[in-house]
Amino acid sequence: MYVYDQYDQKILDERVAQYRGQTERYLAGDLSEEEFLPLRLQNGLYVQRLAPMLRVAVPYGLMNSTQLRTVARLSRDFDKGYVHISTRQNIQFNWPELAEVPDMLAELAKVQMHAIQTSGNCIRNTTTDQFAGVARDELVDPRPYCEIIRQWSTLHPEFAFLPRKFKIAVCGTEEDRAAVRAHDIGIELVKNAAGEVGYKVLVGGGLGRTPVIGVEICDYLEKQHLLSYLEAILRVYNQHGRRDNKYKARIKILVKAMGIDAFREAVEAEWAHLKDGPTTLTDAEIERASSFFTEPEYAQIDAAAAEAALAEQGASDPIFANWVKRNTVAHRVDGYRIVNISLKATGYAPGDITDQQLELVADLADRFSFGELRSTHQQNLVLADVPMADLYELWQTLQKSGLATANIGYLTDMICCPGGDYCALANAKSIPVAESIQARFDDMDYVYDLGPLELNISGCMNACGHHHIGHIGILGVDKKGEEFYQVCLGGSQSKDASIGKILGPSFKQEDMADVMEKILGTYVDLRTEEENFLDTYRRVGIAPFKEKVYA
Amino acid sequence: MPKLIKNGAIVEDTSPEVLDLEQWLECEERASRAVILEPGEILAPLIDHIDEIPLVMVNFPTFMDGRGFSYARELRDRGYTGEIRAVGHFIRDQLTYLGRCGFDAFQFDDESLLEPSLASLADFSEYYQASANQADPLFRRRA
Repeated sequence: MYVYDQYDQKILDERVAQYRGQTERYLAGDLSEEEFLPLRLQNGLYVQRLAPMLRVAVPYGLMNSTQLRTVARLSRDFDKGYVHISTRQNIQFNWPELAEVPDMLAELAKVQMHAIQTSGNCIRNTTTDQFAGVARDELVDPRPYCEIIRQWSTLHPEFAFLPRKFKIAVCGTEEDRAAVRAHDIGIELVKNAAGEVGYKVLVGGGLGRTPVIGVEICDYLEKQHLLSYLEAILRVYNQHGRRDNKYKARIKILVKAMGIDAFREAVEAEWAHLKDGPTTLTDAEIERASSFFTEPEYAQIDAAAAEAALAEQGASDPIFANWVKRNTVAHRVDGYRIVNISLKATGYAPGDITDQQLELVADLADRFSFGELRSTHQQNLVLADVPMADLYELWQTLQKSGLATANIGYLTDMICCPGGDYCALANAKSIPVAESIQARFDDMDYVYDLGPLELNISGCMNACGHHHIGHIGILGVDKKGEEFYQVCLGGSQSKDASIGKILGPSFKQEDMADVMEKILGTYVDLRTEEENFLDTYRRVGIAPFKEKVYA
Repeated sequence: MPKLIKNGAIVEDTSPEVLDLEQWLECEERASRAVILEPGEILAPLIDHIDEIPLVMVNFPTFMDGRGFSYARELRDRGYTGEIRAVGHFIRDQLTYLGRCGFDAFQFDDESLLEPSLASLADFSEYYQASANQADPLFRRRA
């Protein structure tokens, strides 16, 4: 993974010192609430319903075990002993003291972590595929490009006071595991006919109250132009994006208003001044960034023998075999598997993890996966490089800590924002809805029989739970002070991205498990043998679901 | 005489008469008049007269409106070497960003902010991106 040199460390240390000064001025009354607000937000600090919330950046989801141990320790020393993995692959502390945040940031800086631009109207943490570098369907490893974008976007002087937040995602695979079409800018790494790496650039995607699927602005951008082209897009957005209405300030609204062709023209006109300037990437820089993401020292493993041994262990322990089947993924290198650690056990808030579990995962990363791990936008963790021979021991350890729930990609592996239990913006609670559904669908055989299914739950229009792009999406709404839940069907975050369609009138919280049962029952009745939920929905449309649910 | 921060020091304001963009473009003696830009204005006509501008002021009606940052970048990118002054409701915590975009002067409504704000100019000594005061991004400078 990327390792800071003296420059990176200096920038980070100076930022911590700057923020410490800002906090002190605020607490002394020298900086007004209004002025401090964007400053603290750009350092990840929200003031939430019950306490401040600190969002720590995990650049493109990659961490090492030392960083994870620091997070665990900070959650004990400054918080209540647990953290939350967010849909932007970041880590959230729920109960820090505002005055102590500079000390937390100083501790994080010691392990090359920070909270820079995890909130506010600026370029946010760039996200990517949690299987980057180990995925079998990978064309190009996105991580060096993500790191290049991270550095460019960090404390960018021109784009710290944009009309609204700005999110970039990158993917380099056949399948899109980074939801690039739901981002302000989505970048697909591609290769041209000559085999050279370039980018397909999408713009104007986003969720929130106006969900939009991003459109292509450039079908092939040569690799050296990445940053100057991004700069051109951002400058056009900064100059022309709406600032009169917070809800119409995202780039998607600008792109829609101008039309993609006019928007592209404006970007090209701006780019003409920036292209081939000093921001043009050098081969040396791309090589330098790439040098941090080389292969670990994989062992030479006899894959057939490893498979056979795994099958034997599975035969004598079917629960283990099931976990391997559901939670691990084929690895690019023979004899290895990618392991998903589910943070979706029934009875726990999706994406939450305790200090002790964090430390356990750090130990497991050291023992079995070269000391590294990843966070996912589905709010889980990944150990990317586990030798098959170690899976059994790994699983046994996870099981003892409640981290072996075998539900990755199924109904109960739902995305769920913190909702009204924590978030000041929320209109409704989302965690109790997630819990009621997890509790109702506790028969895992039924859950597996439903096949791959993405259920996404948001507690408000801001759509942090990505409800629009879930196969099934749930949105908390407020009606005259009462919490209700709207259901949408047919969303997808893949390359065939789509926005879900609203089923009809909203439901009460206590009815949500019943509603889900009716929706899923309808699917089971209508599906053909090979179809997953989304396929069936796309074939039959919303009507049969509506009939059954509102009957 | 009012004071401002210019090139890192507190100095007296000796600026010429200030015209808005439209007035300045129409003025016959514009080389002796400063121009003030408001967010949302189109910069292109000004760029055509870049060698005639003695002073560009960029107004920040609110510090949350970042359009002025891009004005300074564009002016510097197109070769403007004169003074670019931030006026209005920007805050001292933005000084390093403003400076890196090409602002070299800062005029606070409240002059008591000048002295403490000088310190904020030195918040950072290193940064990743190309900027008005450092032509090469860090990746071209790394030892």
